[in-house]
Amino acid sequence: MKNKKTRNLLCTLLLAAVLLGLLLYIDNSDLKSSMLSAVLQKGAIYALLVVSMNLLNGFTGLFSLGQAGFMLLGAYTYAILTIPVAQRANVYQYFDGGLVQFQMPQLPALILAGIVAALFAALIGAPVLRLKSDYLAIATLGFAEILRAVIQWEKLGPLTNASNILRKFTGYSSILFPFIVAGICIAVIVLLINSTYGRAFKAIREDEIAAEAMGINLMKHKMISFCTSSFFAGIGGALLAMFQHNVQAKSFTTAMTYEILLIVVIGGIGSITGSILGSFLYVACSEWWLRFLDNPTVIGTFKVPLLGHGFRMVVFSVVIMVIVLFYRQGLMGTREFSWDAIFAFFGKVGRFFKGLFGGKKTVKGGAVNE
Amino acid sequence: MNNPVLRLENVTMQFGGVVAVDDLSMEVREGEIVALIGPNGAGKTTAFNVVTGVYAPTNGCLYLDGKPYLCEHPRGRGKREYLGSDAEKFAHQPTLRKTPDQITKMGLARTFQNIRLFGNLTVFENVLIAKHMHARGGFLAATFRLNRKEEARMRREAMELLEIVGLADQKDEQASSLPYGQQRRLEIARALATDPRLLILDEPAAGMNPQETVELTAFIREIREKFNLSILLIEHHMNLVMDISDRIYVLEFGKLIAEGKPDAVRADPRVIEAYLGVDLDA
Amino acid sequence: MHDFTYYAQILISGLTIGSLYALIAIGYTMVYGILRLINFAHGDMFMVAGFIMIYITSWSSSFLGGGSILVGLILTLILTVVLGVMIEKVAYKPLRQAPRMSVMISAIGVSYLLQNLATYVTGGLAQAYPNIPWLRKEIALGSITVKRLAILTPLLTILLVVALVLIIKHTKMGMAMRAVAKDFDTAQLMGIRIDRVISITFVIGSLLAAVGSILYFSYIGQVSPTIGSMPGLKSFVAAVFGGIGSVPGAVIGSYIIGICETFIKSNQDISIFSNAFTFALLIVILLIKPNGLFGEKLKEKV
Repeated sequence: MKNKKTRNLLCTLLLAAVLLGLLLYIDNSDLKSSMLSAVLQKGAIYALLVVSMNLLNGFTGLFSLGQAGFMLLGAYTYAILTIPVAQRANVYQYFDGGLVQFQMPQLPALILAGIVAALFAALIGAPVLRLKSDYLAIATLGFAEILRAVIQWEKLGPLTNASNILRKFTGYSSILFPFIVAGICIAVIVLLINSTYGRAFKAIREDEIAAEAMGINLMKHKMISFCTSSFFAGIGGALLAMFQHNVQAKSFTTAMTYEILLIVVIGGIGSITGSILGSFLYVACSEWWLRFLDNPTVIGTFKVPLLGHGFRMVVFSVVIMVIVLFYRQGLMGTREFSWDAIFAFFGKVGRFFKGLFGGKKTVKGGAVNE
Repeated sequence: MNNPVLRLENVTMQFGGVVAVDDLSMEVREGEIVALIGPNGAGKTTAFNVVTGVYAPTNGCLYLDGKPYLCEHPRGRGKREYLGSDAEKFAHQPTLRKTPDQITKMGLARTFQNIRLFGNLTVFENVLIAKHMHARGGFLAATFRLNRKEEARMRREAMELLEIVGLADQKDEQASSLPYGQQRRLEIARALATDPRLLILDEPAAGMNPQETVELTAFIREIREKFNLSILLIEHHMNLVMDISDRIYVLEFGKLIAEGKPDAVRADPRVIEAYLGVDLDA
Repeated sequence: MHDFTYYAQILISGLTIGSLYALIAIGYTMVYGILRLINFAHGDMFMVAGFIMIYITSWSSSFLGGGSILVGLILTLILTVVLGVMIEKVAYKPLRQAPRMSVMISAIGVSYLLQNLATYVTGGLAQAYPNIPWLRKEIALGSITVKRLAILTPLLTILLVVALVLIIKHTKMGMAMRAVAKDFDTAQLMGIRIDRVISITFVIGSLLAAVGSILYFSYIGQVSPTIGSMPGLKSFVAAVFGGIGSVPGAVIGSYIIGICETFIKSNQDISIFSNAFTFALLIVILLIKPNGLFGEKLKEKV
């Protein structure tokens, strides 16, 4: 038992060290501006966004489609607060330099991004969290759309720059930054899920009526989950803004929420490690590995059929439908990645090969062990 | 005489033009096992749902340990259409509507007729969740593990409970994978984990064979002693009811038609008539 | 200040938009009534119907000339219905026993697929909708001039809705639909062929969406791959507003939303809120009257 624990800890540390080394290497070489680096950064940011949505949809059973709205709030809060004063006249060119005339340091602004998103979540959560599953979905989706319209309103221009782009705000220099922020945030979410409150969330997901009969205050716990999820969606939105170097309200559409929801499904509804794996896989495929699907290709005189602009997304949607219909568990189901499972798997593979090559005797031995 | 743990005062529940529970007054005293019986459609389940706070009564007050937790009287249109009695009796009492979770916190725990476990969670987690409502640390304290002592205590108590009900060996199994009888047991254990004063069982023997029913009877007696409980049960199973109850209330068409010790109730002609030929010993 | 003619014009275009929402909303409300599913793909089916019309008319005009419009109209109706029923069979039927969240995700997946497919096939650009000259002819009503389309749309909508209500009230299939909506399992036990009822529901919903698409795109003149989602969502809101499951409710909700939205759009200062208004209305109605104007109450059994 103790041996296993040490082994798992060692494996985790080793993996973390390898990852850190890899990131540091990329950060200090020509690879920094490569596709690999971009995919890794965006993957880390998406991992946070997907995990925060999973907290709500997968662990608390609240089908909310407001993610894009809370990301928007986070991204805008962060951007507005960190544009250098000297640049404001340029960015807010239609609004005389805008209303805000100071610049906040990066970390407080990032935390404030989360807080603003969480405050709005509390505001909208009070009425809509009473609603049943599908009504909740449509109400939160509607809330995100309302936010998007309000931010683009001309009258709010001095604050939000209306429908114009926000840029020149503080970014990050090392690609480790999104990894560290997302890593800390995901760790906090995992701690929450494994705490007594996380268990209460799962109880609500399993059976609201029974959970209430066990003394769990439904409204309070749904609210905690909703606000926490929105807090991290806000931080994720701010990270995304930094990654893109600019932010504009019109890009935070319902389609963005759907995209994140579908990654939750790919990874497994109710699995954190599934969400993380799913995010990197999705970003890598959509930005990199499957790009070739969008380019008409001719090999010799043979024109590869179907390839062309937009084909990648068609392939994606088909894969997603296949997952939804036939592999409802996604990559991980509700399980989590564990070293024990990995070693057990390799043990099995090992026994299988031993059985293949070592004759009957070993097979028997294997059977006794099980 | 012992103090009443649960007391219903002139409770009426009306749905549209139907009075499902009519002027029901009853009580469960400390340490008692009380059964609420009646033919199908007599209003048992409605009464149960009022007691546990799922429905707010149309009229009447309910008390736990002498403290009111639900108190209603008909008003406005509801008053004009009210068909029950005592419409004015509670008119001067403040309206009180505790939610089911608040009622559980006051010391009333329940089980469900069609078992409602947290199916995808483990047996241990099911019990542990019921310990949550007593957690005093906030969610931030819990997230950042500042409540280690409390968490350890919750785990220890949950484990003790599983040992008492004999499910310790199954603690890591998925709740929905347990056999039926053990699921019932787990549901009772989960209710006990809320440290109740009063336990309400909704048809605990439903779907059980005679052997399981006998075990259940012993089990209910056992937990009453161990946890110093009062128990209210709704049950169809006459053997169980007659065997276990200290007192029985009989409902018919929403009205109380008899009340007393099992032998007295069994002999009551109105009860026999209500069950119309159904042999009470069956 | 604006004069009477100005407001009358806005009112008429509000009625037109409201009618179009109504045609889509009926599909939502009927599917929700029976399957308790928000068919997120419904709005996209509406978009696909638009492209079907474009492609068929441009393909057939080479050998049919003016007749291509008629062929386009007929085939649009047929193919949209086929698509709607197919979506149900492929994406929703296998999930009948699955949790509600899975089915909703499947609906979102279908919506995603249709949009991406349309982007791939069309290259992502908006395309001009075939011009049906008869609909565009202007007629004068007192001081106001309107296109025939603006008059035809509400009339056709009302006609279709009345026909639908009669079908639901007075035919055997209508009775089966009401039974299934009331209690899925009991209806099944009573020998109602659930799958047939569901198919018919999708046939009706898709047919109305196709009619709506012809009128809507004739009105705005072009189709693009993401154009269906907003009218789709708004129609759903209209259905909720009227009380989900109720056909007349969906129609009245659609008219209210259509008219309010057109007035908001006509005011420069607040026109950006034309979509937001609909959702604000939704949140308010869910809080005040969760079952909508004409909806029935649903309660979970303990």
